[in-house]
Amino acid sequence: MDAVNTLAMSPSRGSRVRPGRRIADRMLRVSCLVATVVGAVVLGSILLMLIVEGIRGFSPALFTQPTPGPGSEGGGIANAILGSLVLTTIGIVVAAPIGVMAGTFLAEYGRTSKLADVIRFLNDILLSAPSILIGLFVYTLMVRPMGSYSGWAGGVALAIIAVPVIVRTTEDMLRLVPGTLREAGAALGAPPSKVITSVTWKAASAGIVTGIILALARIAGETAPLLFTALNNNSWFSANLMGGVANLPVMIYQFALSPYPNWQGLAWAGALLITGTILALSIVARLVIKPQRSR
Amino acid sequence: MPAVTQSIALAEPRRAARKGPSRGLDTVFRLCSYGAALIVLLVLAGILGSIVYGGWPAFREFGFGFLTSSAWNIGTEQYGALVAVLGTVASAFLALLIGVPVSLGIAIFLTQLCPGWARKPVAMTIELLAAVPSIIYGMWGLFIFAPLFARFVQIPLSNVVEGMPILGTVLYARVPSGVGVFTAGVILAIMIVPFIASIARDMLDQIPTVLRESAYGIGCTTWEVVRHVLVPQAAVSIIGAIMLGLGRALGETMAVTFVVGNANRLSASIFDPSSTIASRIANEFNEADGLQLNALMALGCILFVITFIVLIIARLLTRRVRAA
Amino acid sequence: MNAASAMSTGDLTRGAPAPGRAVRIAVKDLNFYYGSFHGLKNVNLNFHDRQVTALIGPSGCGKSTLLRCFNRIYSLYPEQRAEGQILLDGQNVLDSHVDLNELRSRIGMVFQKPTPFPMSIYDNVAFGLRLYEKLPKAELDVRVEESLRKSALWDEVKDKLKQAGTGLSGGQQQRLCIARTVAQKPEVILFDEPTSALDPISTGRIEELMEQLRDEFTIVIVTHNMQQAARISQYTAFMYLGELVEFGQTDKIFMNPTERRTQDYITGRFG
Repeated sequence: MDAVNTLAMSPSRGSRVRPGRRIADRMLRVSCLVATVVGAVVLGSILLMLIVEGIRGFSPALFTQPTPGPGSEGGGIANAILGSLVLTTIGIVVAAPIGVMAGTFLAEYGRTSKLADVIRFLNDILLSAPSILIGLFVYTLMVRPMGSYSGWAGGVALAIIAVPVIVRTTEDMLRLVPGTLREAGAALGAPPSKVITSVTWKAASAGIVTGIILALARIAGETAPLLFTALNNNSWFSANLMGGVANLPVMIYQFALSPYPNWQGLAWAGALLITGTILALSIVARLVIKPQRSR
Repeated sequence: MPAVTQSIALAEPRRAARKGPSRGLDTVFRLCSYGAALIVLLVLAGILGSIVYGGWPAFREFGFGFLTSSAWNIGTEQYGALVAVLGTVASAFLALLIGVPVSLGIAIFLTQLCPGWARKPVAMTIELLAAVPSIIYGMWGLFIFAPLFARFVQIPLSNVVEGMPILGTVLYARVPSGVGVFTAGVILAIMIVPFIASIARDMLDQIPTVLRESAYGIGCTTWEVVRHVLVPQAAVSIIGAIMLGLGRALGETMAVTFVVGNANRLSASIFDPSSTIASRIANEFNEADGLQLNALMALGCILFVITFIVLIIARLLTRRVRAA
Repeated sequence: MNAASAMSTGDLTRGAPAPGRAVRIAVKDLNFYYGSFHGLKNVNLNFHDRQVTALIGPSGCGKSTLLRCFNRIYSLYPEQRAEGQILLDGQNVLDSHVDLNELRSRIGMVFQKPTPFPMSIYDNVAFGLRLYEKLPKAELDVRVEESLRKSALWDEVKDKLKQAGTGLSGGQQQRLCIARTVAQKPEVILFDEPTSALDPISTGRIEELMEQLRDEFTIVIVTHNMQQAARISQYTAFMYLGELVEFGQTDKIFMNPTERRTQDYITGRFG
């Protein structure tokens, strides 16, 4: 655009804004608006689709009965709901301590060390690594040696996805804690671990909790890594995590692509349920972090 | 320096040394956090190690030809990566082509044009889009987008371009089902838009207001301010954000598996069904064994290499800005 | 301790150092480096038992750096290091095998900005106590109350000990930090511009408080407020560009300084 360059040379009489400049400006405004509207329409259509198709499948049976056999009527997704709860719980219970401790290392102990730089960088990469590769890793690590798909493997795969999210938010939040607070703790003779656990963690607690909730939201809908780890199980949920475990994402994937209308209906209901849960978690995470920002 | 006149008469210690908290616990805590940080390293090394280990037999069997062969025949045990690699690259490229202008448009709209009251809700809505699980996008693509796209775009367009040179190949749908590389690109674009838009918005927000005001002050239009002041300022980090989005698009599995068609066919048309690396692994891995499993792992290696190069570039670009 | 009686003894001795008070801290040939920057150059200085010593000088002269050497708080940052000797009761605190945590429990520190921990007022004061002494609850209560009284905060917070320390006003927060430090019964208290973030009324209260604390503790205060140094200290050290220019009784430094640079600074010609 040479509009700016010619500005200085424009004649002093009449409008200084050449039509070309006006048109460019108008086009920018319109296309930005269009982009935003398109974004909103797509989101709206996705949510509308979920609600319309999903509500149809909602019934008490959804939460009380296990998935039906192929081609049969009725049934629910209770086993998949329960399985998803168990898998995400394993995932977050494994990931939260590791993530928080690793984030603490990066923010408190390794501020200036080369090793911390490397770990920080690789963690950022792991954060956006294709989740299907994590599935392949856990398959090689656990499923193959143990000889079968298992709930434990699924939980570990989800944990690996959750860890980098928690590491990143924990480190960011701890870095927001003013250094004087650490100095004040140290000045009272508190050893570093004491300063961290009872001062800096407390000061950053809302942010750390937000990170854990965001990680939960992230893994709740993950499908790819579960395909090769927990897979599925069409019978009732058993306490045996050594076998395949039914879970919502894989159930949705398999049922949505099946030729049976009943299964497809259950897939829609499951999709609505899982998306609603994840959006609710994301909103909660935002609310948790808000009071801390305004302080 | 003036002399200190008093002689140094050291006072008696007032009391015996205090007993502090145990040092052992402190060391244990530090080692725990150190160990946790090392787990991140180990996991990344483990991912690479496991797929290289798993894919090795396929690389040994087919050598460099694995990359250039378009075969994927389970009966004759002939495997090549070409179709999946091209499908991955093509769908990700289409995603950027569609997604980047839309993301930047949204970012510019939110920071420069949007009335104040609408900013927060619109920004929040867009960020929530990023939280929707990828499988939902896949279902939307397959059940809502694909039929509409086939009926209102593919069929009319195929009729128009049929017989034309180049366009007649690239835009011709042999089977107008709505699924294929292009649809995968559209769905991927929708998935990366919230991501790129929110980073770009943050970057544009960080540009000092003074800069913007002084540009408006000499009579620039919004377009000129955006083009000559804002975009150059935020360019590096926006490119970083785009690369991050690309990394996502390359590795995305579920959404693509729904809409890409999962065919192993080399075709010049962007409307034809194809495969990506991730969709092929997702589709075949559970039933695979022997050399097929190794070939899938080898595909995983290729995906690892491609995405990690992209992600490393992305992180280097975004990092330089963070440090500045 | 009764606040009123402490006030009066404070008034009696104000500005007049008791001669012959023992030296509590002796600084010998102290050099300090921030990476390659030489922050303190060959500082030699003595601090007297239960007296207030003020460190004054323009920004960047090294007064805070000197203060941060006494409890080695600088060692939180790997690029900072000190050389020389700082003898606390004859023991060199810069010795590598000194237990830092124990050292810091003996030398308290109050910072420029109030640093209440994100916990209740009670827990803030008890924080340091719990580190080094296993006290039964009743005794802990007594010590917390005693410390809050010593820092003239008790009457304002006695009904809300369970509330967050961060909810107090700036001046109250600073007194809470003083209470937290006093609770550990340190031997020396370091103040790093403790009132620079406070309003004049809060500043006045903190100055009164230091006057009382002098009965029990050796106090070192960094301040850029010369009136404050003149009001509360018995000894003053003037520093400039990392060097100790002049040290002596506060009256002498302010009335009749030996060095030209001291005089220029005190009369406001630079800084």
